[in-house]
Amino acid sequence: MALELQAVTKRVGQVTHVKETSLVLEPGRFNVLLGETGSGKTSLIKLMAGLDRIASGRILMDGQDVTGMSPQKRNISLVHQFFVNYPHMTVFDNIASPLRVAGLPKSEIQGRVEAAADVLQLRPMLHRRPHELSGGQQQRTALARAIAKESTAVFLDEPLANLDYKLREELRDQLPELFAGRGAVVVYATSEPAEALMLGGRTALMQDGHVTQFGPTAEIYRHPNTLTSARVFSDPPINAARVTKKGSRVEMGHGLGWDVTGAAAGLRDGAYTVAIRPNYVLPTSPGAGAVPMTGTVQITELSGSESTAHFRLGSDTWVSLAPGVHPYRVGVDHRFYMDPAHCFYFAPDGALAA
Amino acid sequence: MRKVNQRGWFFVLPVLVLVAFNALVPMMTVVNYSVQETFGNNQFFWHGLGWFQDILRSERFHAALGRQALFTFLILVIEVPLGVIIALSMPRKGFWVPVCLVTMALPMLIPWNVVGAMWNIFTLPDIGLLGYFLNHVVGIDYNMTRSPFAAWATIIAMDVWHWTSLVVLLCYAGLVSIPDAYYQAAKIDGASNWSVFRYIQLPKMKQVLTIAVLLRFMDSFNVYTEPFVLTGGGPGNSTTLLSIDLVKIALGQFDLGPAAAMSLIYFAITLFVSWLFYTLMTRNDTD
Repeated sequence: MALELQAVTKRVGQVTHVKETSLVLEPGRFNVLLGETGSGKTSLIKLMAGLDRIASGRILMDGQDVTGMSPQKRNISLVHQFFVNYPHMTVFDNIASPLRVAGLPKSEIQGRVEAAADVLQLRPMLHRRPHELSGGQQQRTALARAIAKESTAVFLDEPLANLDYKLREELRDQLPELFAGRGAVVVYATSEPAEALMLGGRTALMQDGHVTQFGPTAEIYRHPNTLTSARVFSDPPINAARVTKKGSRVEMGHGLGWDVTGAAAGLRDGAYTVAIRPNYVLPTSPGAGAVPMTGTVQITELSGSESTAHFRLGSDTWVSLAPGVHPYRVGVDHRFYMDPAHCFYFAPDGALAA
Repeated sequence: MRKVNQRGWFFVLPVLVLVAFNALVPMMTVVNYSVQETFGNNQFFWHGLGWFQDILRSERFHAALGRQALFTFLILVIEVPLGVIIALSMPRKGFWVPVCLVTMALPMLIPWNVVGAMWNIFTLPDIGLLGYFLNHVVGIDYNMTRSPFAAWATIIAMDVWHWTSLVVLLCYAGLVSIPDAYYQAAKIDGASNWSVFRYIQLPKMKQVLTIAVLLRFMDSFNVYTEPFVLTGGGPGNSTTLLSIDLVKIALGQFDLGPAAAMSLIYFAITLFVSWLFYTLMTRNDTD
């Protein structure tokens, strides 16, 4: 059972919300849609769920064309960012509602609801109403409904966004386990790169209504195919600068330059855009070959285990993300070291060169 | 010794004065009249609860109260479901939303006495649009100055025309506040239209619906201007509602004592039924 999108497009009036998108989503692991707000994640989910009509293209489930099929015939579940439960039904009735609509026998409904409630630790709350539950319990009820239904596809649209930090972590740890072995295609939309990495599985990077890259999460994190993909999959934002390669030397302006090594050494001479993740721009030298750069610190954030500094380099803003607490002072020049071994080189058209 | 800052009273004073002038003082005047008898010359004599006893035993009061109860009952039974149905069938986005809203709000913008006069002319048998149509085109003998049934049908139709919009607008406000996510969830579950109404829309509309029912109850129970302008309480006494009867006693016959006692009873009934409605409708409130 797989969910396949073939050149799916969605337009509202003149505006294209989803540009020709083709994906094959498989069961057994998480399929993460990663992109900023407005990048088309929710639009794509609505298309896959059949809540919106597609302008062109096809959607196949298990090889069967479901493009024009109504949502209830597709046997799917959708969990929203908001906690959507029927307000005047108990938790039990909420979880049971799709099963009742499907006309299952009472004993089976009872069994399935209780099994789902056990998995999500909702057993003691089965007779309560949603407003008597905490946000986390309400969202677990929505998840239990998806599990009890035994859908062939489960869409989770930023399901943890409205939960507080602790609960979010807890539920995020449980999620892959919850859906493992159920044979459902799980699609998880998020705007946080860290969340995609924690969930693992495969990730589709989305930008402006189309998927820029799709593959195993860790792999596309290590090898973004375009500058856009690299930008989508980086938080804090990836540092980028124009460079010129001449022979074995790369010049970045501001008097900065370095000798290229590894795959980049084989590049043709010319203009490139270099991108480097903030965790490879550090306030202490990581060793030989590091390129020192001096910039005026503008914003700093300390999180206890990490320090972030935004500093000015010519007309560009660079970001450094370093472990530990560093005594940055805003408005003062600090020295940072960039490790050229971790640079991505993108050709002028945006494609990864090395 | 603790020093109390007495200046706080000055801040409460405006409210006290306002409430006193707008509620307490007029009400006390009425209470004052209700326990006294006068034969003119501004001389008053103590009458105890006599007027209250008279009113409560009076057949005329019972009849007016019965008519009032019937009127309010019919109004609620027609306007509330009709308002809900219209609100449900109104578009929730797009070009037609403002058109529908303005159309709905129009009847409520017309002054009450104008509504009465409008419907009076509208239903005149020989020149009124509706009156002429019913009598001369359809061929029904329709004349609300002669037939109590026609008079009742007309005041009910007029009130429905005038006030259903209020229920519609309140329900509509409740409906548009329901996030799309609920409808999507229902769609995915395969819930029927009835289930969507019963389990999503109705619970979300409940609070505004309570307010709509309360407002329509109070307004229709205290209605005066429109039926008075339309029928003047006739033919005979057939459309003499409580408020119309009260004005007849107070200003027509100038029986201040009985009129005062009747106002207080009238007020007590309105208050009690409003309380009853509110308690019943919010009894199982979970939101």
